[in-house]
Amino acid sequence: MCIDCGCAAPGHHHHHHEEHPSGKTVRIEEDLLAKNDRLAAGNRRQFGAYGLLVLNLVSSPGSGKTTLLEQTLAELKGDLGFAVLEGDQQTSNDADRIAATGVPAHQINTGAGCHLDAHMVGHGVEHFDLARTDILMIENVGNLVCPASFDLGEDFKVSVLSVTEGEDKPLKYPQMFRASDVLLINKIDLLPHLRFDMEQCREYARRVHPEIRIFEISCYTGEGLENWYLWLREQVARKKASQDR
Amino acid sequence: MHELGIAQSIVEIAEKNAREQGAKRVLTVTVEVGALAGVLPEALEFCFDACCRETLLEGSRLKIVQLAARARCRDCHQEYELKSYFDNCPVCNSAAGEQLSGEELRIKEMEID
Repeated sequence: MCIDCGCAAPGHHHHHHEEHPSGKTVRIEEDLLAKNDRLAAGNRRQFGAYGLLVLNLVSSPGSGKTTLLEQTLAELKGDLGFAVLEGDQQTSNDADRIAATGVPAHQINTGAGCHLDAHMVGHGVEHFDLARTDILMIENVGNLVCPASFDLGEDFKVSVLSVTEGEDKPLKYPQMFRASDVLLINKIDLLPHLRFDMEQCREYARRVHPEIRIFEISCYTGEGLENWYLWLREQVARKKASQDR
Repeated sequence: MHELGIAQSIVEIAEKNAREQGAKRVLTVTVEVGALAGVLPEALEFCFDACCRETLLEGSRLKIVQLAARARCRDCHQEYELKSYFDNCPVCNSAAGEQLSGEELRIKEMEID
């Protein structure tokens, strides 16, 4: 917004901008995400020291991230130590739902912010005993755009796409699916009621990210979740092994 | 609207450098934004002006240099411009392109007084 008249019209440049005397040019060459990337690297070192598997869950609002977490915790919390960071603009509803499962949970409210950043996560984990944690789940703010750019120090970004959203989401929001290592296609119990082309969706996701790993799941019926659990157990074992070395 | 956070970073970095240089004020700031960096130039400009208030950057101008994204085909080794992440090679139509650039997001230089 222009500080003179408050106008925000694109291309509306006031001539005062052009009246500046020519000054001295200083080269800077600094990455604008460098601060976040530095903090994320710090988080990653800390998580690595504990052999902690860290997942950054990203999706549109309402894709079923919190329900996925509830199901996953119910199935695995007997064997694995979990901690959950919940990101939302407002309310502690999600952290309350997770806390009801008995797993340590902390809510981060971003206010006007549209994504979690590495700084928030670094302070968020101060609420957990990481030595007793095997998996840290970070549920990002529901948003398929901004969270793609902000490294939190995670091992994997996991995208959740529900079948009610349409099969072309990977093409519409390529940056997010490009950044994700895993894609969970959720709510497959609804497929009989929808015109959702699963093969097309998988093809779109692979077009944007050829190596993306895809699981088809329903958190309502439990279908397909065993493959997800198996993958989680394998990744925890890999992290522990890399820490022991 | 993560452009707000990006704009805050620009102001933070520029102001720190300006103080080190003993500048009275910053006149222009030049940033480079890759075509696939996920940043909308108009939104960045909008946020930048708001973030400059009561700093050495108040009244300064943001120059955004947009950089094209490039890829190299893994099959025929042709280099080409990527308009989106999933453009095929314009020569052999292979989908096996290796992205070379396009996600840049950096503050390049500034003019101070």
